[in-house]
Amino acid sequence: MDLMKTPSPEEGKKVMPGLHRRHFLKYLGAGASLAAIASFAACNKDDDNDNNIGDGVSLGSGDIAVLNYAYALEQLEAAFYTQVIASQFAGMTATEVSFFTDIRNHEIGHREFFKAALSGNAIPALEVDFSKVDFGKRDSVLATAKAFEDLGVSAYNGAGRFISATEAGKTYLGLAGKIVSVEARHAAYIRDLISNGSFANAEVIDANGLEMSKTPAQVFAIAGGFIKTKINTNTLPA
Amino acid sequence: MDLFNIFQQIEKIDPEVYNKLDTRRHAMKQFTNISGKIALAAIPFALGSMFNKTYARQATGTSVKEVLSLALTLEYLEAAFYKKGLETTGLIPAEGIGAITTISNHETAHVKFLQNVLSGMGGFAASPTFDFTAGGTFATVFSNYDLFLALSQAFEDTGVRAYKGQAIYLAGSGDVLTAALNIHSVEARHAAHIRSMRRSRNKLGAETVDLRPWITLKQSGIATSAVDPVYAGEETTVQANVNISAINNMGDKNASESFDEPLTGAQAVAIASLFIKS
Repeated sequence: MDLMKTPSPEEGKKVMPGLHRRHFLKYLGAGASLAAIASFAACNKDDDNDNNIGDGVSLGSGDIAVLNYAYALEQLEAAFYTQVIASQFAGMTATEVSFFTDIRNHEIGHREFFKAALSGNAIPALEVDFSKVDFGKRDSVLATAKAFEDLGVSAYNGAGRFISATEAGKTYLGLAGKIVSVEARHAAYIRDLISNGSFANAEVIDANGLEMSKTPAQVFAIAGGFIKTKINTNTLPA
Repeated sequence: MDLFNIFQQIEKIDPEVYNKLDTRRHAMKQFTNISGKIALAAIPFALGSMFNKTYARQATGTSVKEVLSLALTLEYLEAAFYKKGLETTGLIPAEGIGAITTISNHETAHVKFLQNVLSGMGGFAASPTFDFTAGGTFATVFSNYDLFLALSQAFEDTGVRAYKGQAIYLAGSGDVLTAALNIHSVEARHAAHIRSMRRSRNKLGAETVDLRPWITLKQSGIATSAVDPVYAGEETTVQANVNISAINNMGDKNASESFDEPLTGAQAVAIASLFIKS
Protein backbone atom coordinates (compact mmCIF):
# COMPACT_ATOMS: atom_id res chain seq x y z
CA MET A 1 0.00 0.00 0.00
CA ASP A 2 3.01 2.21 0.02
CA LEU A 3 2.45 3.54 -3.46
CA MET A 4 -0.97 4.88 -2.67
CA LYS A 5 -0.23 6.08 0.80
CA THR A 6 0.51 9.69 0.06
CA PRO A 7 -2.11 10.48 -2.58
CA SER A 8 -4.98 8.75 -0.81
CA PRO A 9 -7.51 11.35 0.36
CA GLU A 10 -7.22 10.60 4.07
CA GLU A 11 -3.45 10.55 4.26
CA GLY A 12 -3.17 13.38 1.77
CA LYS A 13 -4.94 15.78 4.04
CA LYS A 14 -1.99 15.87 6.37
CA VAL A 15 0.31 17.17 3.70
CA MET A 16 -2.11 19.35 1.79
CA PRO A 17 -1.03 22.98 1.66
CA GLY A 18 -4.53 24.18 2.58
CA LEU A 19 -4.42 22.62 6.00
CA HIS A 20 -0.87 23.65 6.57
CA ARG A 21 -1.68 27.15 5.64
CA ARG A 22 -4.50 27.25 8.12
CA HIS A 23 -2.29 25.92 10.88
CA PHE A 24 0.45 28.25 9.91
CA LEU A 25 -1.68 31.36 9.87
CA LYS A 26 -3.58 30.38 12.98
CA TYR A 27 -0.37 29.82 14.83
CA LEU A 28 1.22 33.00 13.72
CA GLY A 29 -1.92 35.09 13.70
CA ALA A 30 -0.97 36.42 10.31
CA GLY A 31 -3.89 38.54 9.31
CA ALA A 32 -2.38 41.93 8.80
CA SER A 33 -1.80 43.21 5.30
CA LEU A 34 1.67 43.56 3.92
CA ALA A 35 1.31 47.32 3.82
CA ALA A 36 0.46 47.55 7.48
CA ILE A 37 3.40 45.37 8.44
CA ALA A 38 5.72 47.33 6.21
CA SER A 39 4.82 50.61 7.84
CA PHE A 40 5.17 49.05 11.28
CA ALA A 41 8.61 47.77 10.39
CA ALA A 42 9.58 51.14 8.97
CA CYS A 43 8.74 52.82 12.28
CA ASN A 44 10.88 50.36 14.13
CA LYS A 45 13.76 50.99 11.82
CA ASP A 46 13.65 54.69 12.63
CA ASP A 47 13.65 53.87 16.29
CA ASP A 48 16.73 51.71 16.06
CA ASN A 49 19.03 54.63 15.38
CA ASP A 50 18.50 56.39 18.66
CA ASN A 51 17.34 53.50 20.77
CA ASN A 52 19.77 50.75 21.58
CA ILE A 53 17.67 48.50 23.77
CA GLY A 54 19.68 46.78 26.47
CA ASP A 55 20.04 43.21 25.25
CA GLY A 56 19.00 43.94 21.69
CA VAL A 57 16.15 42.71 19.54
CA SER A 58 14.62 39.50 20.87
CA LEU A 59 14.01 36.74 18.36
CA GLY A 60 11.22 35.31 20.50
CA SER A 61 11.11 31.70 21.57
CA GLY A 62 10.58 28.22 20.11
CA ASP A 63 9.71 27.98 16.42
CA ILE A 64 9.22 31.75 16.25
CA ALA A 65 12.85 32.29 17.23
CA VAL A 66 14.02 29.96 14.47
CA LEU A 67 11.81 31.73 11.92
CA ASN A 68 13.04 35.14 13.04
CA TYR A 69 16.57 33.84 12.72
CA ALA A 70 15.87 32.99 9.08
CA TYR A 71 14.12 36.34 8.65
CA ALA A 72 17.20 38.17 9.95
CA LEU A 73 19.43 36.42 7.41
CA GLU A 74 16.98 37.10 4.57
CA GLN A 75 16.93 40.77 5.54
CA LEU A 76 20.70 40.82 5.29
CA GLU A 77 20.74 39.13 1.88
CA ALA A 78 17.93 41.25 0.46
CA ALA A 79 19.62 44.47 1.56
CA PHE A 80 22.90 43.31 0.06
CA TYR A 81 21.52 42.43 -3.39
CA THR A 82 19.40 45.59 -3.46
CA GLN A 83 22.68 47.47 -3.17
CA VAL A 84 24.39 45.19 -5.73
CA ILE A 85 21.75 46.10 -8.32
CA ALA A 86 21.55 49.77 -7.33
CA SER A 87 25.32 50.27 -7.70
CA GLN A 88 26.51 47.63 -10.14
CA PHE A 89 30.16 46.63 -10.14
CA ALA A 90 32.32 47.54 -13.10
CA GLY A 91 32.03 45.11 -15.97
CA MET A 92 28.81 43.38 -14.85
CA THR A 93 27.56 41.53 -17.94
CA ALA A 94 23.97 41.64 -19.15
CA THR A 95 23.43 38.06 -18.03
CA GLU A 96 24.88 38.87 -14.62
CA VAL A 97 22.58 41.89 -14.28
CA SER A 98 19.64 39.65 -15.14
CA PHE A 99 20.66 36.86 -12.76
CA PHE A 100 21.55 39.19 -9.89
CA THR A 101 18.19 40.91 -10.36
CA ASP A 102 16.56 37.49 -10.05
CA ILE A 103 18.52 36.80 -6.88
CA ARG A 104 17.63 40.21 -5.42
CA ASN A 105 13.95 39.54 -6.10
CA HIS A 106 14.16 36.04 -4.62
CA GLU A 107 15.71 37.41 -1.43
CA ILE A 108 13.19 40.23 -1.17
CA GLY A 109 10.49 37.60 -1.69
CA HIS A 110 11.94 35.52 1.15
CA ARG A 111 12.24 38.54 3.42
CA GLU A 112 8.71 39.78 2.81
CA PHE A 113 7.35 36.26 3.08
CA PHE A 114 8.80 35.88 6.58
CA LYS A 115 7.68 39.35 7.55
CA ALA A 116 4.10 38.63 6.49
CA ALA A 117 4.05 35.13 7.95
CA LEU A 118 5.54 36.16 11.29
CA SER A 119 3.30 39.20 11.45
CA GLY A 120 3.25 40.55 15.02
CA ASN A 121 6.02 38.15 16.03
CA ALA A 122 8.44 39.46 13.43
CA ILE A 123 11.58 41.25 14.53
CA PRO A 124 11.88 44.82 13.20
CA ALA A 125 13.80 45.76 10.09
CA LEU A 126 17.49 45.41 10.84
CA GLU A 127 20.10 48.01 10.11
CA VAL A 128 22.89 46.57 8.03
CA ASP A 129 26.52 47.57 7.66
CA PHE A 130 28.16 46.88 4.31
CA SER A 131 31.08 49.24 4.83
CA LYS A 132 33.45 46.30 4.30
CA VAL A 133 32.06 45.75 0.79
CA ASP A 134 33.30 47.64 -2.25
CA PHE A 135 30.20 47.53 -4.44
CA GLY A 136 32.15 48.92 -7.40
CA LYS A 137 34.46 45.93 -7.45
CA ARG A 138 33.43 42.56 -8.82
CA ASP A 139 35.73 40.58 -6.54
CA SER A 140 34.43 42.24 -3.40
CA VAL A 141 30.78 41.78 -4.33
CA LEU A 142 31.18 38.16 -5.41
CA ALA A 143 33.19 37.23 -2.32
CA THR A 144 30.51 38.73 -0.06
CA ALA A 145 27.71 37.10 -2.06
CA LYS A 146 29.46 33.74 -1.78
CA ALA A 147 29.85 34.17 1.97
CA PHE A 148 26.19 35.11 2.41
CA GLU A 149 24.80 32.31 0.25
CA ASP A 150 26.95 29.57 1.75
CA LEU A 151 26.10 30.97 5.17
CA GLY A 152 22.39 30.99 4.38
CA VAL A 153 22.40 27.34 3.28
CA SER A 154 24.43 26.15 6.25
CA ALA A 155 22.23 28.18 8.62
CA TYR A 156 18.95 26.78 7.32
CA ASN A 157 20.37 23.25 7.32
CA GLY A 158 21.68 23.65 10.84
CA ALA A 159 18.46 25.15 12.20
CA GLY A 160 16.05 22.57 10.78
CA ARG A 161 16.51 20.27 13.75
CA PHE A 162 15.44 23.00 16.17
CA ILE A 163 11.99 23.35 14.63
CA SER A 164 9.36 21.51 16.66
CA ALA A 165 7.84 18.24 15.44
CA THR A 166 4.32 19.63 15.83
CA GLU A 167 2.04 20.05 12.80
CA ALA A 168 2.89 23.75 12.74
CA GLY A 169 6.59 22.91 13.03
CA LYS A 170 6.39 20.56 10.05
CA THR A 171 4.81 23.36 8.05
CA TYR A 172 7.70 25.66 8.94
CA LEU A 173 10.20 22.97 8.09
CA GLY A 174 8.52 22.47 4.70
CA LEU A 175 8.58 26.19 3.98
CA ALA A 176 12.21 26.57 5.08
CA GLY A 177 13.03 23.62 2.82
CA LYS A 178 11.46 25.42 -0.13
CA ILE A 179 13.77 28.37 0.45
CA VAL A 180 17.06 26.67 1.34
CA SER A 181 17.42 24.88 -1.99
CA VAL A 182 17.02 28.19 -3.79
CA GLU A 183 19.79 29.62 -1.61
CA ALA A 184 21.91 26.61 -2.58
CA ARG A 185 21.24 27.36 -6.25
CA HIS A 186 22.36 30.95 -5.68
CA ALA A 187 25.46 29.72 -3.86
CA ALA A 188 26.38 27.38 -6.70
CA TYR A 189 25.88 30.10 -9.31
CA ILE A 190 28.01 32.65 -7.46
CA ARG A 191 30.73 30.12 -6.70
CA ASP A 192 30.85 29.23 -10.39
CA LEU A 193 31.16 32.92 -11.28
CA ILE A 194 34.21 33.16 -9.04
CA SER A 195 35.69 29.86 -10.16
CA ASN A 196 33.78 27.62 -12.56
CA GLY A 197 33.39 24.15 -11.07
CA SER A 198 33.56 25.26 -7.43
CA PHE A 199 29.76 25.00 -7.01
CA ALA A 200 30.04 22.24 -4.41
CA ASN A 201 33.68 21.92 -3.50
CA ALA A 202 35.36 20.72 -0.31
CA GLU A 203 34.98 24.15 1.34
CA VAL A 204 31.28 23.45 1.79
CA ILE A 205 30.77 19.70 1.23
CA ASP A 206 32.31 17.01 3.45
CA ALA A 207 33.69 13.58 2.57
CA ASN A 208 30.21 12.02 2.90
CA GLY A 209 28.86 14.38 0.25
CA LEU A 210 26.99 16.35 2.92
CA GLU A 211 26.82 20.12 3.15
CA MET A 212 28.54 21.36 6.30
CA SER A 213 25.80 23.01 8.32
CA LYS A 214 26.36 25.66 10.97
CA THR A 215 24.86 26.34 14.37
CA PRO A 216 23.17 29.71 15.00
CA ALA A 217 26.17 30.79 17.11
CA GLN A 218 28.54 30.03 14.23
CA VAL A 219 26.27 31.86 11.81
CA PHE A 220 25.97 34.99 13.92
CA ALA A 221 29.72 35.06 14.40
CA ILE A 222 29.93 35.67 10.64
CA ALA A 223 26.68 37.54 9.91
CA GLY A 224 27.00 39.75 12.96
CA GLY A 225 29.73 41.74 11.28
CA PHE A 226 27.21 42.96 8.72
CA ILE A 227 24.32 43.69 11.08
CA LYS A 228 24.33 46.94 13.04
CA THR A 229 21.16 46.28 15.02
CA LYS A 230 21.85 44.43 18.24
CA ILE A 231 20.17 41.05 18.29
CA ASN A 232 19.56 39.03 21.41
CA THR A 233 20.44 35.48 20.41
CA ASN A 234 19.90 34.02 23.88
CA THR A 235 16.66 32.29 22.91
CA LEU A 236 18.26 30.48 19.99
CA PRO A 237 19.45 26.91 20.44
CA ALA A 238 23.20 26.70 20.84
CA MET B 1 -13.78 6.87 -9.73
CA ASP B 2 -12.60 6.31 -13.26
CA LEU B 3 -10.75 3.06 -12.98
CA PHE B 4 -9.68 2.98 -16.60
CA ASN B 5 -8.17 6.43 -16.28
CA ILE B 6 -6.21 5.37 -13.21
CA PHE B 7 -4.72 2.45 -15.08
CA GLN B 8 -3.85 4.70 -18.00
CA GLN B 9 -2.06 7.06 -15.65
CA ILE B 10 -0.13 4.23 -14.06
CA GLU B 11 0.71 2.86 -17.49
CA LYS B 12 2.13 6.24 -18.50
CA ILE B 13 4.35 6.29 -15.45
CA ASP B 14 5.43 2.69 -15.78
CA PRO B 15 4.89 1.12 -19.20
CA GLU B 16 5.91 -2.25 -17.80
CA VAL B 17 3.37 -2.25 -15.03
CA TYR B 18 1.31 -5.00 -16.62
CA ASN B 19 4.29 -7.27 -16.97
CA LYS B 20 4.86 -6.76 -13.30
CA LEU B 21 1.21 -7.29 -12.52
CA ASP B 22 0.76 -10.26 -14.87
CA THR B 23 -1.20 -8.71 -17.77
CA ARG B 24 -3.59 -5.81 -17.87
CA ARG B 25 -6.68 -8.00 -18.10
CA HIS B 26 -5.64 -9.92 -15.04
CA ALA B 27 -5.00 -6.70 -13.17
CA MET B 28 -8.40 -5.31 -14.11
CA LYS B 29 -10.08 -8.56 -13.16
CA GLN B 30 -8.26 -8.78 -9.88
CA PHE B 31 -9.20 -5.24 -9.06
CA THR B 32 -12.86 -5.72 -10.04
CA ASN B 33 -13.01 -8.75 -7.80
CA ILE B 34 -11.61 -6.82 -4.90
CA SER B 35 -13.73 -3.73 -5.42
CA GLY B 36 -16.93 -5.74 -5.57
CA LYS B 37 -16.37 -6.81 -2.01
CA ILE B 38 -15.32 -3.59 -0.32
CA ALA B 39 -16.66 -0.13 0.36
CA LEU B 40 -15.83 2.57 -2.14
CA ALA B 41 -13.84 4.54 0.42
CA ALA B 42 -11.43 1.66 0.83
CA ILE B 43 -10.62 1.36 -2.86
CA PRO B 44 -7.45 3.43 -2.78
CA PHE B 45 -6.13 1.14 -0.08
CA ALA B 46 -7.07 -1.96 -2.05
CA LEU B 47 -5.35 -0.52 -5.10
CA GLY B 48 -2.39 0.22 -2.94
CA SER B 49 -2.08 -3.29 -1.63
CA MET B 50 -2.35 -4.64 -5.16
CA PHE B 51 0.65 -2.60 -6.21
CA ASN B 52 2.47 -3.19 -3.00
CA LYS B 53 4.16 -6.35 -4.27
CA THR B 54 5.09 -4.67 -7.52
CA TYR B 55 6.71 -1.68 -5.94
CA ALA B 56 7.62 -3.10 -2.57
CA ARG B 57 11.28 -2.30 -3.08
CA GLN B 58 10.62 1.42 -3.39
CA ALA B 59 9.38 2.54 -0.05
CA THR B 60 7.38 5.75 -0.11
CA GLY B 61 6.14 5.74 3.42
CA THR B 62 6.63 8.12 6.21
CA SER B 63 8.78 6.29 8.74
CA VAL B 64 12.40 7.33 9.03
CA LYS B 65 13.50 4.05 7.51
CA GLU B 66 11.09 4.38 4.61
CA VAL B 67 12.20 7.93 3.97
CA LEU B 68 15.85 6.91 3.88
CA SER B 69 15.06 3.90 1.68
CA LEU B 70 13.39 6.12 -0.88
CA ALA B 71 16.37 8.46 -0.70
CA LEU B 72 18.71 5.52 -1.27
CA THR B 73 16.75 4.45 -4.37
CA LEU B 74 17.18 7.92 -5.84
CA GLU B 75 20.86 8.01 -4.93
CA TYR B 76 21.39 4.57 -6.49
CA LEU B 77 19.84 5.95 -9.65
CA GLU B 78 21.98 9.08 -9.73
CA ALA B 79 25.20 7.27 -8.82
CA ALA B 80 24.67 4.60 -11.50
CA PHE B 81 23.80 7.26 -14.07
CA TYR B 82 26.99 9.28 -13.59
CA LYS B 83 29.15 6.18 -13.28
CA LYS B 84 27.90 4.91 -16.61
CA GLY B 85 28.27 8.38 -18.14
CA LEU B 86 31.87 8.69 -17.00
CA GLU B 87 32.65 5.15 -18.21
CA THR B 88 31.22 5.80 -21.67
CA THR B 89 34.16 6.82 -23.82
CA GLY B 90 33.59 9.94 -25.86
CA LEU B 91 30.36 10.99 -24.14
CA ILE B 92 31.57 13.72 -21.82
CA PRO B 93 33.85 16.36 -23.36
CA ALA B 94 36.96 17.45 -21.47
CA GLU B 95 35.36 20.61 -20.10
CA GLY B 96 32.57 18.61 -18.46
CA ILE B 97 34.63 15.86 -16.83
CA GLY B 98 35.52 17.83 -13.71
CA ALA B 99 31.96 18.81 -12.78
CA ILE B 100 30.45 15.43 -13.62
CA THR B 101 33.17 13.72 -11.56
CA THR B 102 32.45 16.02 -8.59
CA ILE B 103 28.74 15.25 -8.80
CA SER B 104 29.33 11.53 -9.33
CA ASN B 105 31.57 11.37 -6.26
CA HIS B 106 28.89 13.06 -4.16
CA GLU B 107 26.16 10.66 -5.31
CA THR B 108 28.37 7.65 -4.60
CA ALA B 109 29.13 9.10 -1.17
CA HIS B 110 25.40 9.59 -0.55
CA VAL B 111 24.77 5.93 -1.40
CA LYS B 112 27.42 4.79 1.06
CA PHE B 113 26.24 7.19 3.73
CA LEU B 114 22.59 6.10 3.47
CA GLN B 115 23.60 2.43 3.35
CA ASN B 116 25.56 2.94 6.55
CA VAL B 117 22.68 4.68 8.29
CA LEU B 118 20.18 2.06 7.12
CA SER B 119 22.52 -0.76 8.19
CA GLY B 120 22.01 0.47 11.71
CA MET B 121 18.26 0.34 11.21
CA GLY B 122 17.97 -3.24 10.06
CA GLY B 123 19.43 -3.19 6.56
CA PHE B 124 18.97 -1.77 3.11
CA ALA B 125 17.83 -2.97 -0.31
CA ALA B 126 20.34 -3.66 -3.07
CA SER B 127 20.39 -1.34 -6.05
CA PRO B 128 17.76 -1.96 -8.71
CA THR B 129 18.87 -2.43 -12.32
CA PHE B 130 18.36 0.76 -14.29
CA ASP B 131 17.41 1.51 -17.86
CA PHE B 132 18.34 5.14 -18.40
CA THR B 133 16.76 5.14 -21.84
CA ALA B 134 13.42 4.69 -20.02
CA GLY B 135 12.34 2.06 -22.49
CA GLY B 136 13.63 4.04 -25.47
CA THR B 137 12.33 7.51 -24.54
CA PHE B 138 15.92 8.68 -24.06
CA ALA B 139 17.49 6.21 -26.49
CA THR B 140 20.67 8.24 -27.08
CA VAL B 141 21.32 9.29 -23.48
CA PHE B 142 24.85 7.83 -23.49
CA SER B 143 25.80 9.03 -26.97
CA ASN B 144 24.24 12.49 -26.99
CA TYR B 145 25.93 14.65 -24.34
CA ASP B 146 23.19 17.27 -24.37
CA LEU B 147 20.59 14.62 -23.66
CA PHE B 148 22.82 13.23 -20.91
CA LEU B 149 22.95 16.69 -19.31
CA ALA B 150 19.20 17.12 -19.74
CA LEU B 151 18.55 13.88 -17.89
CA SER B 152 21.12 14.85 -15.28
CA GLN B 153 19.22 18.09 -14.67
CA ALA B 154 15.96 16.16 -14.35
CA PHE B 155 17.52 13.76 -11.83
CA GLU B 156 19.07 16.53 -9.73
CA ASP B 157 15.91 18.63 -9.68
CA THR B 158 13.96 15.48 -8.77
CA GLY B 159 16.42 14.81 -5.97
CA VAL B 160 15.95 18.30 -4.58
CA ARG B 161 12.18 18.01 -4.69
CA ALA B 162 12.07 14.48 -3.30
CA TYR B 163 14.28 15.21 -0.26
CA LYS B 164 12.25 18.34 0.34
CA GLY B 165 9.03 16.33 0.35
CA GLN B 166 10.39 13.77 2.78
CA ALA B 167 12.05 16.18 5.22
CA ILE B 168 8.86 16.84 7.17
CA TYR B 169 8.65 13.15 8.05
CA LEU B 170 12.04 13.47 9.70
CA ALA B 171 10.96 16.40 11.90
CA GLY B 172 12.23 15.88 15.41
CA SER B 173 14.75 13.23 14.39
CA GLY B 174 17.79 15.40 15.03
CA ASP B 175 20.90 14.12 13.29
CA VAL B 176 18.96 12.19 10.65
CA LEU B 177 17.02 15.30 9.66
CA THR B 178 20.22 17.36 9.58
CA ALA B 179 21.90 14.77 7.36
CA ALA B 180 18.94 14.72 4.95
CA LEU B 181 18.94 18.52 4.78
CA ASN B 182 22.68 18.49 4.19
CA ILE B 183 22.20 16.16 1.22
CA HIS B 184 19.21 18.14 -0.05
CA SER B 185 21.19 21.34 -0.54
CA VAL B 186 24.00 19.48 -2.30
CA GLU B 187 21.51 18.19 -4.86
CA ALA B 188 20.38 21.78 -5.38
CA ARG B 189 23.97 22.90 -5.96
CA HIS B 190 24.34 20.10 -8.53
CA ALA B 191 21.10 21.09 -10.25
CA ALA B 192 22.18 24.71 -10.49
CA HIS B 193 25.54 23.80 -12.01
CA ILE B 194 24.10 21.35 -14.55
CA ARG B 195 21.64 24.04 -15.58
CA SER B 196 24.52 26.47 -16.13
CA MET B 197 26.37 23.84 -18.17
CA ARG B 198 23.32 23.35 -20.35
CA ARG B 199 22.83 27.07 -20.73
CA SER B 200 26.40 27.64 -21.83
CA ARG B 201 26.09 24.89 -24.46
CA ASN B 202 22.94 26.58 -25.72
CA LYS B 203 21.47 23.32 -26.99
CA LEU B 204 18.20 22.94 -25.19
CA GLY B 205 16.44 21.12 -28.01
CA ALA B 206 13.17 22.32 -29.44
CA GLU B 207 12.05 24.02 -26.28
CA THR B 208 13.27 27.59 -26.25
CA VAL B 209 13.47 28.71 -22.66
CA ASP B 210 15.86 30.97 -20.84
CA LEU B 211 17.35 28.29 -18.61
CA ARG B 212 18.66 29.55 -15.27
CA PRO B 213 20.24 27.91 -12.20
CA TRP B 214 16.83 28.18 -10.50
CA ILE B 215 13.58 26.65 -11.75
CA THR B 216 11.43 29.17 -13.62
CA LEU B 217 7.73 28.30 -13.45
CA LYS B 218 7.54 24.64 -14.51
CA GLN B 219 9.89 25.04 -17.44
CA SER B 220 12.36 22.20 -17.95
CA GLY B 221 14.29 23.39 -20.97
CA ILE B 222 14.01 19.78 -22.09
CA ALA B 223 12.19 19.09 -25.31
CA THR B 224 10.08 16.17 -24.19
CA SER B 225 6.95 15.99 -22.08
CA ALA B 226 8.39 12.84 -20.48
CA VAL B 227 10.08 15.06 -17.87
CA ASP B 228 6.94 17.06 -17.09
CA PRO B 229 6.31 15.22 -13.79
CA VAL B 230 9.72 16.44 -12.59
CA TYR B 231 8.55 20.06 -12.82
CA ALA B 232 4.82 19.80 -12.20
CA GLY B 233 3.82 22.19 -9.41
CA GLU B 234 7.03 24.26 -9.54
CA GLU B 235 5.01 27.15 -10.99
CA THR B 236 3.54 27.87 -7.54
CA THR B 237 3.58 31.59 -6.67
CA VAL B 238 1.62 31.69 -3.40
CA GLN B 239 3.29 30.51 -0.18
CA ALA B 240 1.31 30.15 3.05
CA ASN B 241 -1.28 32.58 1.70
CA VAL B 242 1.34 35.17 0.80
CA ASN B 243 1.21 36.19 -2.86
CA ILE B 244 4.91 36.25 -3.70
CA SER B 245 4.39 37.61 -7.24
CA ALA B 246 3.06 40.88 -5.83
CA ILE B 247 6.10 41.50 -3.63
CA ASN B 248 8.26 44.20 -5.20
CA ASN B 249 6.18 43.58 -8.37
CA MET B 250 8.50 40.67 -9.13
CA GLY B 251 5.92 38.75 -11.14
CA ASP B 252 5.23 35.04 -11.47
CA LYS B 253 8.61 34.00 -12.89
CA ASN B 254 10.70 35.30 -9.99
CA ALA B 255 8.01 34.27 -7.52
CA SER B 256 8.07 30.66 -8.71
CA GLU B 257 11.87 30.64 -8.72
CA SER B 258 12.21 31.92 -5.18
CA PHE B 259 10.62 28.79 -3.68
CA ASP B 260 11.33 25.22 -4.79
CA GLU B 261 8.41 22.84 -4.34
CA PRO B 262 8.36 19.37 -2.77
CA LEU B 263 7.44 16.10 -4.46
CA THR B 264 5.49 13.48 -2.56
CA GLY B 265 7.07 10.07 -2.11
CA ALA B 266 4.65 8.62 -4.67
CA GLN B 267 5.56 11.31 -7.22
CA ALA B 268 9.27 10.68 -6.69
CA VAL B 269 8.80 6.92 -7.04
CA ALA B 270 6.78 7.41 -10.22
CA ILE B 271 9.63 9.39 -11.74
CA ALA B 272 12.31 6.93 -10.60
CA SER B 273 10.21 3.99 -11.82
CA LEU B 274 10.55 5.20 -15.40
CA PHE B 275 14.19 4.20 -15.17
CA ILE B 276 13.98 1.05 -13.07
CA LYS B 277 14.23 -2.16 -15.07
CA SER B 278 14.05 -4.65 -12.26
